[in-house]
Formats: sequence, C-alpha cells, structure tokens
Amino acid sequence: MKQEVLREVERVVLALDVNGERTELLLPVHKTLLEVLREDMQLTGTKHGCELGECGTCTVLIDGRAELSCLVLPIQVEGRSITTIEGMARGAELHPLQQAFAELGAAQCGYCTPGILLSAKSLLETNAHPSRDEIRETLAGNLCRCTGYSKILDAVELAAGRMS
Amino acid sequence: MTPNGKFGVIGKPLPKVDAVAKVTGRAIYADDMLLPRTLHCRILRSPHPHARILSIDTSAARRIPGVQAVITGADLPIKFGILPVTQDERALEHEKVRYVGDPIAAVAAIDEEIAAAACDAIEVEYEVLDAVMSIDEALVAPTDERIQDYGGPHNIHKLVALEFGDVESGFTRADHIREDVFFFQGSTHLPMEQHSATATYMDGRITLWSSTQVVHYVQRALSKVLELPMNRIRVIGAAHGGGFGGKTDPFAHEMIVCKLAMMTGRPVKCTLTREEVFYAHRGRHPVLMWVRTGVTRDGLITAMHFRTALDGGAYGSYGVASTFYTGALQTVTYDIPAYRFEGCRVFTNKPPCGPKRGHGTPQPRFALELHLEKIALDLGIDPVDLKQRNFVKAHTRTVNWLRVTSCGLDECTERVMTASGYRKREKRPGHGMGFAISSYLSGAGTAIYWNDMPHSEVQIKVDRGGVTAFCGAMDIGQGSDSVLATIVAEELGLQPADVRLVTADTDTTPIDLGSYSSRVTFMAGNAAIEAGRKMRGMLIEAVAAKMKCDAAAIEVGSGRIGDFSFEEASVLAEGRFGTLTTAGSYTPPKIAGPYKGSGVGPSPAYSYTACVVGLDADARTGLVRVNKIWIAHDAGRAINPLLVEGQVEGSVYMGLGEALMEEQAFRKGLHKWPSMLEYKSPTFLDMPEVETFIVETVDPEGPYGAKEAGQGPLLPVPPAVCSAVYDALGVWIDEVPVTPEKIVEALRRKQKGEPARFGPARFPTIPYPPTIKVEPPPKDLDRAAAASI
Repeated sequence: MKQEVLREVERVVLALDVNGERTELLLPVHKTLLEVLREDMQLTGTKHGCELGECGTCTVLIDGRAELSCLVLPIQVEGRSITTIEGMARGAELHPLQQAFAELGAAQCGYCTPGILLSAKSLLETNAHPSRDEIRETLAGNLCRCTGYSKILDAVELAAGRMS
Repeated sequence: MTPNGKFGVIGKPLPKVDAVAKVTGRAIYADDMLLPRTLHCRILRSPHPHARILSIDTSAARRIPGVQAVITGADLPIKFGILPVTQDERALEHEKVRYVGDPIAAVAAIDEEIAAAACDAIEVEYEVLDAVMSIDEALVAPTDERIQDYGGPHNIHKLVALEFGDVESGFTRADHIREDVFFFQGSTHLPMEQHSATATYMDGRITLWSSTQVVHYVQRALSKVLELPMNRIRVIGAAHGGGFGGKTDPFAHEMIVCKLAMMTGRPVKCTLTREEVFYAHRGRHPVLMWVRTGVTRDGLITAMHFRTALDGGAYGSYGVASTFYTGALQTVTYDIPAYRFEGCRVFTNKPPCGPKRGHGTPQPRFALELHLEKIALDLGIDPVDLKQRNFVKAHTRTVNWLRVTSCGLDECTERVMTASGYRKREKRPGHGMGFAISSYLSGAGTAIYWNDMPHSEVQIKVDRGGVTAFCGAMDIGQGSDSVLATIVAEELGLQPADVRLVTADTDTTPIDLGSYSSRVTFMAGNAAIEAGRKMRGMLIEAVAAKMKCDAAAIEVGSGRIGDFSFEEASVLAEGRFGTLTTAGSYTPPKIAGPYKGSGVGPSPAYSYTACVVGLDADARTGLVRVNKIWIAHDAGRAINPLLVEGQVEGSVYMGLGEALMEEQAFRKGLHKWPSMLEYKSPTFLDMPEVETFIVETVDPEGPYGAKEAGQGPLLPVPPAVCSAVYDALGVWIDEVPVTPEKIVEALRRKQKGEPARFGPARFPTIPYPPTIKVEPPPKDLDRAAAASI
C-alpha cells in the first residue's frame, strides 16, 4: 500500500546555499528543489507551472546557470550557490533587468517573470550584448502566455544596454 | 484633466502599479499562501468519459494516518453553474461522471502526498457508458443514455434561430451568392498559474482566497452550494497568474476546500496539477460553421445566413451565451441589411468549454473573414476593398439592434495597409500576406444574472493626504489595478503610485462583476471617474473657501489643489466635511433589442482592429513561418499605451497559437496531450515581430473615451494567417490550427484537380427550431442620444 511507503520516506539533512544564506534542512530525499524552496524555505517567488520541466517557470540559477528547479533534487546541489528571484535585487535596489521589466511592461500577470528574469540574468552574465535572436534562443524554454514576448525582448535589450 | 484640456497621467506609458511586486517575486499568488495548520486537498477524478457511479467506498482512505476528512458528492449535492439557466454541475459527482477528469471525491490531509495516497485508496465502482465525442455523435440518438437530462433532442444542449430583416428578399436582390463551411478547433487557456484556492472557516464565516477572475460570482455559487448567506462568505482574489477566461467559472475545487474547512476547522488548500488544469478547461468551443451570403456585383452584402454548431463538452458553463456569441457580432463590422442566425450547442463527454479570450466570436470571425475573401475572389474585387465597402459606420444600429458608437475600422485598415505594404506586395510563390478585421465588446451590456444593480462601483477614501480606492475588480495581469489608480490619480491631480488600492475582496470592496468580457477599464473606469470627480469637488470647495476665491479658479494637478499641497487640501476638506469618502458606479445603458437572446451582443462600445500577417509557407513541407504581423487597434483612448500595446501583443500571440498549433484534442475519450510540452503553444522562437498601432477614436461613453484592448486583437489573426497561406500557395485551409499536413494535403488535392482546400466537407443537419423573426430597429432609434454627444 502507498500509505506504508509514505511512512518509510528516507530523509536527509542538507545545507543549502540560497541567495548567499546557508540553511540546514531535514528533507525527504525525493522532494524537488522547487518544492523545498517554496514549501520549506518560504521562497515562493519561484513559481511552478508544470513540475515536469516543460514551461521554465521554476527557473533558478545554480552556480550562475539557469536550471529548472522542478527537475533538481536538493541533494544534487548541496554546497552550490543557488539564486532565486528573491536574491536578484541588491537590497532594495532592483537589478537592471528587474527595472527594465517593470518600466516596459514586460510582466503582465507576472507568473513566468521570475523564471524569465533569472534565465535572462544568466544570459547577460555570459554574453553582455546578445542579439535579439540570441535572447530568443536562450529564453525559448520559458513560456509566457500574456505578453506575446515582445516587451520581454525589449526589456532584456534595455537592461543589457544599461549594464554595459 | 487640467483646464487647458491636458491630461496629467492619462495617456502616459507608466509602469504598472504592481510591477515591482511582480519582478521581485513578492506578489502573493494563491498557491504562495500557506496559513498555519493548513490541510492539503487532492481530488479523485473520473478515469472514464461517461459512466454511472454504482458505489464509492472511502473507508480505506479514511483509515490512512494523516487523513482528516474525505468527502463525496453526497456532502455537496447542490448543483451550481455560472449561468442561472444551466445549474448542471456538482462540486463532486456521486451519480454519474461525464468526462475524464470529472471530480468524484476529495481528501483533506496533513500533506499533499497523503491526500493523493488516500485518493488512490478510494474504491469507485462504475457502469461504463458509451461516450459521445463529436458534434456528429451528439446529434443522433445516444446508444446509451444522454449526457445531461435537459436541452434539445439527443445530446443537444441549446438551439437558437433568429432572423433580422427580410433575408429571403436580400438573397433575391443578390447578384452573387456563396456558401462555405469552416471549422475552428477548440483550444485551452493554458494560464501559467494552475488554479489554486485556500479556505478558512471560523465563527460561522468562510474566507476563500482564489485565483479567480470573478470574486462575486464565486461568492454567489458558494452561497448556494454551501447554503450560507453571502454575508458569511468572503472571497478574495489573490495575485493572479493568468486567466484568459479560464478562471471565470466557479470551480469544484473552490467549493471543496470551503466544505473541507467547515468540516475540519482548519485551513484547507487545493492547487490543481497541470493535468487537472486541462480538465478544468472552459476553453474555446470547437465550432463548425456554415455561411451563405448574397452580394451585389459591387460586393455589397444584401443578406447573410450563418449557422454554427458548438461542441460544448459535458456541462453548460457559459455555453448558452457562447452559442449566441457565435452569431452576434458579425453585424458590428459589416453592414448586413438582413441577417439570419441559427446556432446549436451540443453536449459531449469532454471537459466543458466556456469563455476563452474573445468568447464565442473568434470562430465566426474566422469564417466570416475568409468567406468574404472568397466572395471577393469570385467577383474579381480586391478583398480589402470589398470589406471596406461593407464596413459599418460610426453611430449606427445594426440589423440585430446592436448600437455602434465610435468606430475606427477605416483608420485601423489604412494604418496596417500603409505599414505592411499589403497593396504593393510582391506576388511570389511561398510568400503571402493576409488581411482581416475584427471587433469586440467593451463589457457585456447585461450581467450574468438578472438584476438592476450597477456593474461596477468604486469608493474613494481620502485621509490626511492618503488616497485609497476600493473596487471589486480583479487584476488578472491585464493591469486593471493600474487603470483604476491612474484614473483616480488623474481626477485628484496625483500620480498612480499615490493611490492605494483595495480590490477584489467581497467583504471590503463594492461590487465589480469581474475580469471578463473586456469590461473592467470601461465600467470600473467610469465608476472611478464619478467617485474621483466627487472627491475632487470636495477638495476644491474646501480650498476655495480657504483661499476665498471661486471654485472654478482652483487648479488641480502636480500634487496640488490651488495654493495647497494635496495633503493640506485633504486636511482642509476633512475639517469642512468630516470623513472624506465618495462613491461612483456604472450601469451600462439599456440598449438590448426586443427579442429573446438580445442580452448577448450589446455593449456600451465596440473596439475595432485590423491586421496584416506576412508569412512564408513551404509547399514541400507545409511549414509556415510568420515573419511579421502589423496590427492596428481602436482602443478609443489608451489610458496607458504601454498596457494597451501589451494587451494587443498578447492577443496577437494567443491568436497565432490558435491559428498554427493549439488544439484541445481527444482520442478514445482521453485528452490527447494534457501537458505543456505536448499541447503546443508558441515560444519565443515562434513569435514574429509585431508592429502595433493604437488608434484613438475617443468613444463618447468610455472613460476619457477608452474602449477595450484585451480581446478584440486576437480575432483577426487566425483568418489573416489563412488568407496569407492562400496568398502564398493558392490553397485554402478552412480550419484551424493550420498544420503542415493540412497544407500538404490541400496542395495534393489542388494538384489532382480537386478543390484546392482543406476543411470540413459539410455542415450537419440540425433540427433548428422555427426562426424567430425580429424587425430591424427604427432608423432614428439613437438620434436623440447621438445629438447630445
């Protein structure tokens, strides 16, 4: 029976480095990074859209690289640097990408926005002046149903310009 | 507005008032909430498309440690539905299930995994019935029992037949008559956010936080199902992760969490999985259409006969309204002197269809635009010219009594013609351009249930310089909060950021019917203007008394009222009048025609759109690559052009998805692809450049002249894509989505000398009722009103 299986869940103690803060957690081994961020650490800025790696909404940065947190187990990322949307602004000062997204209306319902911002951040850190097609290519794994993507592309370009 | 007629904040591309909350991850969506001691709910759903439930045994589920409550249909037996005429849904079904995904039982447990395990442990015995999966199957006698026990014969839900003016003599006058058949496939909203709701019950009161578009309608449905007065039910709209019409019905999970909270005394939360969101659906109806039109040799329409058959899925939802909508708005873009509409909605064993962006109108718009293109070809007239000759004029009534006020069709058309170079385009195989137009409501003229109350109300409180605006409107990402703040700021000479908002909370805000039918800017906007002007008047009066001058001499703007700062002025006014509160409300004009069904279609104003699509289509592979879309939208006045552009671009995107790939399709009773990977939607790589033009016609009744922007611009995209494919390859694809295999098949048929098209071969025989004949409106019906504008 499934209920007996539930009682025998294996748990591990892990130390996760999220947004520069180290937190020790006792976690069921099968829980995804997405679930741990949202449910155990109250970092609800990371959203879920499908939990199957299809939509990009749960994107976080692991050592600066954009990864889908619904496909990552915390045990894989112990000791690595995890950045969520909550860690993107510098204190009260918005990251230039956040500023540009706000100014240009690149967030409508805003649900895909954290994931797209982090994907874009990862891009700009390796390619400070991406072409519009390079931005499209990088963000193609992030779905948005509101904007038609145009204002997002404009915002990434605006931020890239301001950051250089 | 300042005395010289200049706006302070209206028309400025300001960021949305919630932009920072959204870019920092601080906006709290429904699933981000977790109250102390929350129980988690999972729902057991039907694995069969059509079955009788013989028994439900929940005893094993109840024994699982951590399970706090298990409920079935017997616990929530009262039926509900968004429309008063179709109260056909139960939160949980205990007698029969009608689609794969129909809810049967629900569990509240200390965590989600235990709740899911408990759902697995529920034993349900079914008697499986034959499933009805298509319009054709629904139109014949069922092999088992019918899906619903009401409606027309067999599995027909709704039949309608209306005639406006003398259609027969219209066809007699015609020099040319053409008939065509089209099919528009169903699609789903696919909001990025799965539906989620959390309920608490304390002291006899329910509080529900939900990702809904319509807090008031959810409150009404809860009141009925839970048998509690509305004043014991508080519904709060959480930050919203996308609706597009998909969160406009009251849903089973919303009732379930409330019931479980009442039983357990603890907060209960339910978030649907992505698969469940596909079953919740309420999306675009698949519609089969037949249209017959008579024209003069100059291309002027003399009569039109339009038939639709809607595949409604298992329940009523908004379906009666959807059915009327498939026949209502043909007349608001083209002057049709005699018009006959016959509509039919059937029940099938699929998730219920309902309102998706454009609600019931993108399908007939698709058919109408392509049909007119074909007529133009028959007559040897340029299709753009033919359409323009038939454009409706501003300030007229249509033959079906719809009142047209401002109309920017000509200007929109000229803008996209000029920008795209459509008329001078180079004709070469594999490259094509297509043109289409559309129109949509700025809010429905009637509420969902009959009442005389306003459709939107706004209260403003000013207190020591602070301004708070209260309104039931629900911001679903389109920016309705920003529109409210902007309008209140405009009237009080402030910036939107100076206005605090309390919205979408049935306890603390006055009513707004919700974010559907593109109604919020128009209706809440007008209510906000009224409340704002009353407050402005009080502030001016207090300042004028202090300055000992005439109120007319007091200027309002830049945070000042006359010689005083806004804060000083508010203190003066509070001293003079006491607590500073004002209210405004908006009720649409009663302009519906004198016939049954006339409540669907009227709107205080219609938006207009024109669109050109440019694409490459490959004859060998059938692949279509859209290169650019030019779109001009008559939004009356852009209260915030940034937001209008966002709505237009988002609509173009969604229309393109429906044109090329999106499909809610079924096989053997099952949804073919209830996942975001397999249900294809456009990515960054699929989306072409969009050039948007905002046309401002300043509607006499809109707030500062504004009309809708969030739905109309979707409509012309699918037909413009098909026209462009014809322009490129010489084949008609008379159904969406336009997939490569359809293009290749149409080209194969063309090569064999068969009709160069892919699309439905015929329209079924439907037992429409006798046609109700309606006299067209008298010519001078709105003359008095027009003269006063």
